[in-house]
Amino acid sequence: MAEGPRSGTRPPVFLARASYRRRRLHDTARLAPVAAAFLWALPLLWPHGETRVSAVLVYLFVTWGLSVLASAALARALRRAERDTDTDG
Amino acid sequence: MLGFNALVSIALLYGAFLFSVAFAAERRAAQGRDGWLRSPWIYTLSLSIYCTAWTFYGAVGYAARSGLEYLTIYLGPSLVMIGWWWLLRKLVRIGRAQRITSIADLVSSRFGKSSLLGVIVTLLAVVGVTPYIALQLQSIAQSLDVFAARGEGGWTARDGGSAALWSAVGLALFTILFGTRNLDSNERHHGIVMAIAVEAVVKLGALVGLGIYVVWGLGGGVSDMLARLDASPIAAWEQSGGRWIGFTLLSAGAFLCLPRMFQVLVVENADESHLATASWAFPLYLALMSLFVVPIAVTGLDILPAGTNPDMFVLTVPLSQGRDGLAVWAFLGGFSSAASMVMVATIALATMMSNHIIVPMWLRSRRGGAMMAGDVRAMVLTARRASILGVLGLGYLYFRLSGGGTALASIGLVAFVGVVQVLPALVGGLFWRGATRGGAATGLLLGFAVWFWAMFLPSVGDGTAIPAGVMQAGPFGIDFLRPQALFWTGGLDPVLHAALWSLALNVAGFVAVSLASFPGPVERLQGAQFVGVFELSEGPGSWARGAADAEPLLVMAQRIIGAPEAQAIFASHAALQGKEGRLPDVTPEFIRALERELAGSVGAATAHAMIGQMTEGVSVSVEDLIAVADETAQIMEYSNRLEQKSAELGRTAAALREANAKLTALSVQKDGFLSQISHELRTPMTSIRAFAEILRDDGLDEAEQERFAGIIGDEAGRLTRLLDDLLDLSVLEAGQGLLDLRPTSLGGVVDRALDAALPLRDGLGLHRDPELDRLEVVTDPDRLAQVFINLIANARKYCDAPRPELRIVWNPAVHAVDFIDNGSGIRPDQGRVIFEKFSRLSDAGKAGGAGLGLAICREIMTRLGGGIRYLPGQGGGVFRVELPPSPTSETR
Repeated sequence: MAEGPRSGTRPPVFLARASYRRRRLHDTARLAPVAAAFLWALPLLWPHGETRVSAVLVYLFVTWGLSVLASAALARALRRAERDTDTDG
Repeated sequence: MLGFNALVSIALLYGAFLFSVAFAAERRAAQGRDGWLRSPWIYTLSLSIYCTAWTFYGAVGYAARSGLEYLTIYLGPSLVMIGWWWLLRKLVRIGRAQRITSIADLVSSRFGKSSLLGVIVTLLAVVGVTPYIALQLQSIAQSLDVFAARGEGGWTARDGGSAALWSAVGLALFTILFGTRNLDSNERHHGIVMAIAVEAVVKLGALVGLGIYVVWGLGGGVSDMLARLDASPIAAWEQSGGRWIGFTLLSAGAFLCLPRMFQVLVVENADESHLATASWAFPLYLALMSLFVVPIAVTGLDILPAGTNPDMFVLTVPLSQGRDGLAVWAFLGGFSSAASMVMVATIALATMMSNHIIVPMWLRSRRGGAMMAGDVRAMVLTARRASILGVLGLGYLYFRLSGGGTALASIGLVAFVGVVQVLPALVGGLFWRGATRGGAATGLLLGFAVWFWAMFLPSVGDGTAIPAGVMQAGPFGIDFLRPQALFWTGGLDPVLHAALWSLALNVAGFVAVSLASFPGPVERLQGAQFVGVFELSEGPGSWARGAADAEPLLVMAQRIIGAPEAQAIFASHAALQGKEGRLPDVTPEFIRALERELAGSVGAATAHAMIGQMTEGVSVSVEDLIAVADETAQIMEYSNRLEQKSAELGRTAAALREANAKLTALSVQKDGFLSQISHELRTPMTSIRAFAEILRDDGLDEAEQERFAGIIGDEAGRLTRLLDDLLDLSVLEAGQGLLDLRPTSLGGVVDRALDAALPLRDGLGLHRDPELDRLEVVTDPDRLAQVFINLIANARKYCDAPRPELRIVWNPAVHAVDFIDNGSGIRPDQGRVIFEKFSRLSDAGKAGGAGLGLAICREIMTRLGGGIRYLPGQGGGVFRVELPPSPTSETR
């Protein structure tokens, strides 16, 4: 049943490389906020008293900036993937 | 130095500038040159209304009081934006597909276009957001007070309050002008969006400019500033993990649920792809907005005298350095933050109030329904304008009553926890098809009640709304209902406590009631459309039934969305249907499309109700549901067809099996028949041969010869009779042989039969029905007589009574002649076989025949169009000869 690339009217189980990559891109987009949330909760685990506030501040804004960059790259990739699907039909 | 008049003039000029920007944007949009207005950058900037005066002034105060915790308010929305693929994309797609006008509309629409839910969410939003609007007015008043406090220009602190009033009036005017110009079918307000985009730039510029001045002008660079941070009181703040995570999640939820955020995120969204840009650009904006908050707070704590309100550091820091220009810019930034928030929040709330409360009530009060309702469009616009005034009035009232004393941040958090109560219904409705209206209503009401008790009332002021005794001991002394220690959880932070319990009970109620209840048809349709918005490219099949003419529909649509727009919609649908003229056929598709269009103006529930009135009962039938579940229907149809086919095959197979069994039985019968025949023929032949051999021998006397010849003659006679019978039967069975049909007296036939079978009338008592003589039938008298002879002879032969009797009776009810004897009859199990060939009962010897008599009778009667039956259980042998019904007549 699941052997062929197309079985009946159900969506195919195995995808071509392009659509496989697109799916993984969607997965990345879904995981991005989880990763960001983890990064931003991390300072809570740093030892109290020893950690300087300025370090936490710098860390948070650096990770913030990285998240923005990653998100921008992701948005670009997603949009391109969508466009490719549209033109491919 | 800067005087009151100068500041007011600057504010007025700024207001006029915003006005012209909005006006220009509206004009460009009206001319169709709105390409630039629809750019993703404008969309991203419009999201900045998340940063209200609370952010602009309050964040610095928050940082001064609670260190880095203020960041949670911006990290939460950043998470939502970064995770746009997961939730926002779906939300925006649904918003566009369903023409959603507000968050109340979304919830109402998802749960079967429920008016009740619309009302609940609207009330929740009004109660939650009114303090928030008050907060903005307060910030304007406070910022003016800061300038006033310097005692220059001859103004007093009292002017702050009246400034708040005038700001409210000005904002109401602006909002009414640009927010209710028309009932745009998509609820997009280009003018307002453009204005808030400009304001977004102004406020960001103000904060960043001030930040640069503080870090490099006053602080001496980044590293110096960081060192001063570590030395400041902020460094001593110990961050609670619960508050950090809790507030991050809370702000993320509020970002989605705040009516004004929903307005710009979903309703004003012109293109889904704008989300992709905003997904990184808006977190960037938030990061920039919060980047200089800590430096400003540190500097303020450093250089200003202790006891200065940290909420106003943004103004007091530049003022203390004599930087009036910077301070005015900051003032305009704060004013922008407040103004844009108030405008959008007011529009959002006014839309909700008019669509979910005022218009439905008005429609209900007019019994005539939408057709009779007059100019709905003007009415909706009026309702919306009144709502704007009402919302701003409420905000001003709250501001005056609360006295403006509370720290800005706390009011913001109260609003956050309030509006976040919508989140379970929203997210549940988007991802869970099992969510029901009852569940959503229960969750919302529970969460709302807990929030109101545990957070809103206590926030109004210590001891004002809730007496101090109740705060300490609980209502009526029930200590587990203490507002800030529900169920004995007093150890928690009050905000977290309220958020935790309200959301926990909200979710619990929502899930439990959803699981236990059953959704209605429209609810299920909407649920499927919302949850599967990416899978369902088209809407569901027809559901609006009943007749409606295009003409009244057009009249109604014109009243709601305006004549040219309505006519354009109708004409385009007519063209789509390939019709000449401007009125399309009222197909279910058209009605659905029209309902969507109307929903864009008055909300889903109201549009549904109006269309429902026009089409006389929008009922969803079972057939519609099957059509909607297209795929399922197809599969079911297919399987039905398969089932039919397999049943057909089964029937054919059964028929074949039956035929086979019949053939087998026939073959067995044929074999039996042959062996019977040979047996029957052989018996007389054997005796004939034996006696013929005896005769050939000599030594027989005359008498013996004669006796043996007699036996041979008898046996030969028997053979002949048997062969005659067989011939007769085969002729009859083959349907050959002509029948000599003629009108015959039934009595005559009976008499002939009696003469033949009982020539002497001996050995059998006879009762002959005189009725028989009066009857005439069309039949073959010889054949019928043959049947009767057979029956009479049988009675004589087999009747085992001591004094045998035979009654021949006409039975008019069944049109038959009954031959009834007084013997013991035939055993029931034999009754069925007696008409078969060679069937002879009991002792074969007594019969003297071959057992073909009754078989011949049956064949004869069948050919005559009647029948012969043995009737069991009549207290004797009863044979019934049924005659063909029609050509019988009575002869009198």
